[in-house]
Amino acid sequence: MNYIIALVALVFVVLTGIVIARLQGVIKSIKKTDSEEAEPSGNKVNGAMFIVVLVLGAIAIAWSYMHAREYFLPEASSIHGRRTDDLFWFSMGILTIPFIAVNFLIFFFSWKYQHKKDHRASFYPDNHKLELIWTIVPAVVMALLVFTGWKAWSDITSEPPRDAEVIEITGKQFNWIVRYGGVNDNKLGNYNYKLIDAQNEVGIDLSDENSFDDFQNPTEMHIPVGRPVLLKIRARDVLHSVFIPHMRVKMDAVPGMPTKFWFVPDKTTKDMQAELNDPNFKYEIACTEVCGQGHFSMKINLVVEDEASYKKWCSEQSTFLQTYPEYLAKVPDNLKAKAMKGLPAETAAPADSSATASAGVSAGSSIR
Amino acid sequence: MSAVEGMETAHVDAHEHHHVSQNFWQKYIFCEDHKIIAKQYLITGIIWAVIGISMSVIFRIQLGLPDSNLSWLKPILGGWISETGKLDPNFYLALVTMHGTIMVFFVLTAGLSGTFSNFLIPLQIGARDMASGFMNMLSYWFFFLASIIMFGSLFLQTGPAAGGWVIYPPLSALPQAHPGSGAGMTLWLASMALFIVSQLLGGINYITTVINLRTRGMSFDRLPLTIWSFLITAVLGLISFPVLLSSVLLLIMDRHFGTSFYLSDIYINGEALPNVGGSPILFQHLFWFLGHPEVYIVLLPGLGITSEVIATNSRKPIFGYRAMIASMLGIAFLAFIVWAHHMFVTGMNPFLGSVFMFLTLIIAVPSAVKGFNYITTLWKGNIVFTPGMLFSIGLVSLFVSGGLTGIILGNSALDIQLHDTYFVVAHFHLVMGAASAFGLFAGVYHWFPKMFGRMMNPTLGQIHFWFTFIGIYLIFIPMHYVGIAGFPRRYYQFTSYDFTHKFMDMNMFISVAAIFSFLAQFIFLWNFFYSIFKGGRAPQNPWRSNTLEWTTPIVPGHGNWEGELPAVYRWSYDYSKPGAKEDFIPQNIPYSQTLESNFPHENELIATEKAIEAQNFNDQFNSH
Repeated sequence: MNYIIALVALVFVVLTGIVIARLQGVIKSIKKTDSEEAEPSGNKVNGAMFIVVLVLGAIAIAWSYMHAREYFLPEASSIHGRRTDDLFWFSMGILTIPFIAVNFLIFFFSWKYQHKKDHRASFYPDNHKLELIWTIVPAVVMALLVFTGWKAWSDITSEPPRDAEVIEITGKQFNWIVRYGGVNDNKLGNYNYKLIDAQNEVGIDLSDENSFDDFQNPTEMHIPVGRPVLLKIRARDVLHSVFIPHMRVKMDAVPGMPTKFWFVPDKTTKDMQAELNDPNFKYEIACTEVCGQGHFSMKINLVVEDEASYKKWCSEQSTFLQTYPEYLAKVPDNLKAKAMKGLPAETAAPADSSATASAGVSAGSSIR
Repeated sequence: MSAVEGMETAHVDAHEHHHVSQNFWQKYIFCEDHKIIAKQYLITGIIWAVIGISMSVIFRIQLGLPDSNLSWLKPILGGWISETGKLDPNFYLALVTMHGTIMVFFVLTAGLSGTFSNFLIPLQIGARDMASGFMNMLSYWFFFLASIIMFGSLFLQTGPAAGGWVIYPPLSALPQAHPGSGAGMTLWLASMALFIVSQLLGGINYITTVINLRTRGMSFDRLPLTIWSFLITAVLGLISFPVLLSSVLLLIMDRHFGTSFYLSDIYINGEALPNVGGSPILFQHLFWFLGHPEVYIVLLPGLGITSEVIATNSRKPIFGYRAMIASMLGIAFLAFIVWAHHMFVTGMNPFLGSVFMFLTLIIAVPSAVKGFNYITTLWKGNIVFTPGMLFSIGLVSLFVSGGLTGIILGNSALDIQLHDTYFVVAHFHLVMGAASAFGLFAGVYHWFPKMFGRMMNPTLGQIHFWFTFIGIYLIFIPMHYVGIAGFPRRYYQFTSYDFTHKFMDMNMFISVAAIFSFLAQFIFLWNFFYSIFKGGRAPQNPWRSNTLEWTTPIVPGHGNWEGELPAVYRWSYDYSKPGAKEDFIPQNIPYSQTLESNFPHENELIATEKAIEAQNFNDQFNSH
């Protein structure tokens, strides 16, 4: 940081010096007639500035890039992520060529062709061949970039594989809730936003038998390593966006329109801790669509682990019905027996469900 | 020249009819003269720019120097600064939102297009005034009304609109979702509706004037590129702003009349809303159908001004005049069919994403043509570094540097990671924000003598340029790094996540650079206002330029030209023509007077001069 400030300070000191020197000379005279061939004021200094800024700018950009690299995200932890990263740096590499070339020409020409006394510019209004060249060359480069990008995009957004682990993630002001299909059927039950209350935060529809073993978690998402994970993404109130920076995953959560994103994570949290030599490393999920006051802190942690640990974690989670057995009242009578599997017998008393539901409303309305 | 002199008698006659004495209100307030209206737009735009940029400085302090005590802002911001001197997170979002709204619409649309379309169209095409002075006046006063409402919203207890300048519903539709979505959003929508009316009144006028009121001989292929850019900009605005109005009206319906255009399946504050069947994505489609052309509405006038200023000060014809027009038309056309590249990760059908990626990347081609043509115009020139010229050269650099990262973001696969990160912020600030602002500066420095009859101090202008140019790059190049590191935009602070809880020095650096650039603008403000009153007297044609505005009196009165309107015989880029005595030949000089420098095909045109001279269809002073 000190170096940057020092560098900037140096640039400004130099600039100010030049400026003051110039001011002394020219501040008194502003020519009041058409000054035919007189040297325009400050022309030489400004011409020189183009070269100064070009050289200092090139050094500053190269140096700052080297400095910034250590803060970039580590190598992607998903298969498609490494592909888009490669594509990104490949594209950046290609684009650096015109960036340098064009800026060099602008700055260099400005200096080289600055006003000279008794000199006349060349009258050069057009050249069709040149125009054709710089239409076609960018077009070909674009075609190349479009093609590589399009291939990657279609693969990433293709239909998810059948064996993908399906996990639902719902955004609300201001946290995420993840829901799993459960260890018995591993299928997500239906939902309906009208069923949402303080406990049933994502509106699980308990008349669907697939929902009986669903479990949810507002603080942590676990996913297995090495196989496709399909995120089913929903929003409860306003727009949110699921962003898993290390996985290069992003997809908006839209109220009323479920979205999805599938990817294959291939580095566990432990792998990353070893790779980065940081025992505290955690994958994080953030929100990237402005959603209100708490937008900047809408976090849920992500744990990537091997298949066995993942299975173990899933089996340790208590299902929604186990946590809130009063919701058994919402299960249709013909399915009650199935729903009660795995529940302690005495909790199956439906009497207090209305009380909790109203408590839910009041708790819900206190969310700001 | 001789043509003008020969018509002296006719002019006296026409002149008398039109010197009705005007009182202060008619002359400066409800004025129908395009030059005064242009100045009204310019001054209002400058005031808005100061407000808009000040906001960005406040939130840059919050982002880059989060531990700083902001109590010194309490006299201005009052309750938005907490007891401990911290910025309120809701107000942070309001600042971000208002900064975007103000800069995009009030400064770079109204302030740039409003100023220079109004000022230059009649002067450069040789017209007495706009087609409808009254509509033109209305246009400004609708803008003024929109400004008052938007300004008023800053003082609401619940704060101004705060859902981002894109005001995506449901956040913007539901007052219970955010304090800024209450009265602040109502005023935002009302203000924008009036703003759109203002833009349409102005745009219709620009188009009509350019098509109908060109002076004799001013065919489309002799129009300066500035006028081409204003014409194309006005057409863009005329087609796209009504779509924004429709999206705004639907949002008003959703907010106040219980409709469900954008709302569906929402549970908020312990209550499931009855709205079903709407789609928030619909709003995004409607919004970006304006929002993307808006980028070019902001940018094209800047490019037009640059074309003119670079040619004049390189003392060379603009390279590839026709290619420049074609590329502007190409950009304008493509602007309408790329909007969904703002929506790659909204859950839109991936196939649509592919189509929009393809269309988006095509825009790089006409943009590249423009960039190369500017560079070739500099090549072998005889460059005079007036402040206007410096800002034009700076614009080309910023336009190219910022445009290149657009190729990354327009690639849907890469956009997955970069969408809504600081990479996007860096990209559009360079290519759209800073580049257009440079166009605005170039225009002000270049046409200040015509506006006020005085010169701005060139040295201060040059200093202003270098500080601003370097400052802009110091802000936005590092911002790309922050984006690559994954930092999401519109975050109040970066302490909540491990992946953003670092890189603090870079954010601090950006903020320091932003404050520095902000301070540098006071050089301009001082120079501008001081020179209006105390600047040196402007000569007739200070930049030795070819366009018609420099043939008017130094301070043109109502009707712009005394006597007959000038006739036009050539394009506006005859700089450094081989054989010519001077290194410029204004548009109103007939080929018959420049036999020494004519090309063979131009000698053939001498025969048409009599016919051109004889026409005088469009002089509004002769229309009775």
